[in-house]
Amino acid sequence: MSIQLSNVSKQFGDVVAVNNVSFTVQEGELLGLLGPSGGGKTTVLRMIAGLELPTSGDILVRGKRVNDIAVQQRNIGFVFQNYALFKTMNVFKNVAFGLKIKKWKKADIKNRVAELLELLGLDGLEKRFPHQLSGGQRQRVAIARALAPQPSVLLLDEPFGAVDAKIRQELREWLVRLHSDLNVTTLFVTHDQEEAMEVSNRIVIFSRGHLEQIGSPREVYEEPSNEFVARFIGVMNVLDTEVRGGVARVGELEFPAPERRDTRQLRIGFRPFAVQVSPDPTQYRYPGIIRHTFFLGILMRVEIELPSGLIIRARMTKEEYAQLGLHEGQNVSILIRSYRILRGEDEPLSPEITAVDKGPGAYGADI
Amino acid sequence: METDTKLLRRGGDTKSQRGTEESPFVKWLLITIALGFVVVFLLLPLVNVFWQSLAHGLAVYWESLVDSDTRSAIKLTLLIAGISVPLNLLFGVAAAWAIAKFNFKGKPMLISLIDLPFAISPVVAGLMFVVLFGRQGFFGEWLDTHEIKIIFAVPGMVLATVFITFPFVARELIPVMEATGTEQEQAALTLGASGWQTFWHVTLPSVRWGLLYGVILCNARAMGEFGAVSVVSGHITGQTDTMPLRVEKLYQSASAASMTAAFAVASLLALLALITLVVKTFLEWRTQREFALAQRSVSETPLLAPSIQVPSRQQ
Repeated sequence: MSIQLSNVSKQFGDVVAVNNVSFTVQEGELLGLLGPSGGGKTTVLRMIAGLELPTSGDILVRGKRVNDIAVQQRNIGFVFQNYALFKTMNVFKNVAFGLKIKKWKKADIKNRVAELLELLGLDGLEKRFPHQLSGGQRQRVAIARALAPQPSVLLLDEPFGAVDAKIRQELREWLVRLHSDLNVTTLFVTHDQEEAMEVSNRIVIFSRGHLEQIGSPREVYEEPSNEFVARFIGVMNVLDTEVRGGVARVGELEFPAPERRDTRQLRIGFRPFAVQVSPDPTQYRYPGIIRHTFFLGILMRVEIELPSGLIIRARMTKEEYAQLGLHEGQNVSILIRSYRILRGEDEPLSPEITAVDKGPGAYGADI
Repeated sequence: METDTKLLRRGGDTKSQRGTEESPFVKWLLITIALGFVVVFLLLPLVNVFWQSLAHGLAVYWESLVDSDTRSAIKLTLLIAGISVPLNLLFGVAAAWAIAKFNFKGKPMLISLIDLPFAISPVVAGLMFVVLFGRQGFFGEWLDTHEIKIIFAVPGMVLATVFITFPFVARELIPVMEATGTEQEQAALTLGASGWQTFWHVTLPSVRWGLLYGVILCNARAMGEFGAVSVVSGHITGQTDTMPLRVEKLYQSASAASMTAAFAVASLLALLALITLVVKTFLEWRTQREFALAQRSVSETPLLAPSIQVPSRQQ
């Protein structure tokens, strides 16, 4: 089902929760709505469901305007953040509810529920009540209940927010598999960028009611459209510099900025992966000392302190770290391979600038 | 070192006593006072009611209950409760729904107003209706010309009872409904349920014990109410006497037979109170569970480790 939002806004009193948002969801897509809390993503989801009405703008489903169609008639499956299972009904009755309302025949209901419970790995739990289930099980009952009446779109509000980290990981993979099995258009809301990157075909990024960017996980990571996205997706070193003599400086770091006037403030950002670390303190221009290393599974995060006190975050694989023979307290030198000039939250980003290190004493970077 | 040990011993002469606990003497004194109070002021009078009513044997007891005026009082009590309890069930659910599920201006006002009948003396409540509907009252003339009798008749007694018992259902429901929130109802809507279906299948079942509890309390008060009903009843024997009014009338007539009869009717009311107490205790337990269930967060530790597997569909 293709869903289209065009210039949709939503106000709650004086608060503008969603501000002039337009985007299109393709048939069969698995789309993540990502943003910090209060960004407006849940409101967008609820407007698509019909649980909230847009203050202005249109929501179209398969080209048809649905603004005035009641939530009951929209044929959507909605999974609430806290699942909202009917606590006075057992698992079977929860899943069967939508079918009973739609006046399915008893035998058909039985078959459909059995089919879903098997699909979601819940068979044998028909008689359990919600309070007798684990968090992950409740989540899957909620999904089964939403899927039962064969909705044309599945909407999930923070689907993994209420379960612990280990189960969350399993559920993510499971959702991707479920989606590829059922091929139902699925939108989910999350504030966890890692989750959005891992699960979605495409990501819509919201902040303060604005749509910041829409694109594939790779696009939003590699080509963030503005500073907000760049800083929200993945980790970024952000430095505030001042231009003097055509060079943007902070501490001992220097970035060429020939066309900028003096005393201008420039904000420079670069990914930890763009930081090259050498165990030879003289190989690159900037010497430093490894203050902390953090073990992140297959990745290592290394914090390097420069003589001026600036802390630079670098990331590398565990193997790289071992090969270079790095350890805490070691004297190293670093190269910033590429960086961007950030121009304020809502401004478009400059293209990435690749740096060339000419060795100690020379300019740190060159265009 | 020896003094240290002594000091320690002084604090710990009873093994299980905590540092913050009162001495056993104070504890037992308080328990005795509370228990004594309950026995003297609550239990003894209650036992006495049954004792007095059965003092002349079961036959006399039965006879005084089947007396035609007493029978009509029992019938009237059942009738009034039968009308006012369902009415307040309806009002109570509506009011609780409005307060728990919506935000609107004047909501705190409405909550205080619901408690008004608790704050007002029942006699004053009765008088309010006399002032409104009595012959010299606000609507008195109009009612007179249309030959509608409210005061000193059953309609007035029902009105007074509805007023007095208004808060019971709403007050029980509001906290349960508030704790439940609106997500389950929204879920029902997304599954295609109409507003009525949602109410019937989702809202009502999740508050059923609280609702029953409110109804039981409401009923007990409706049957037992004296003050407000007395003011508007007019005390017409065989017509506008409820059980509590009948008890008073029999008692006031002061003959030995009517004394026994008064206690017999009173014993029925006392029995109602005892049944209410038992049902109430049970429902209280259920309501607390309902409330706890409603409040329970979903993020608690899983009871079972979930085994997640999507069986690959056979093509």
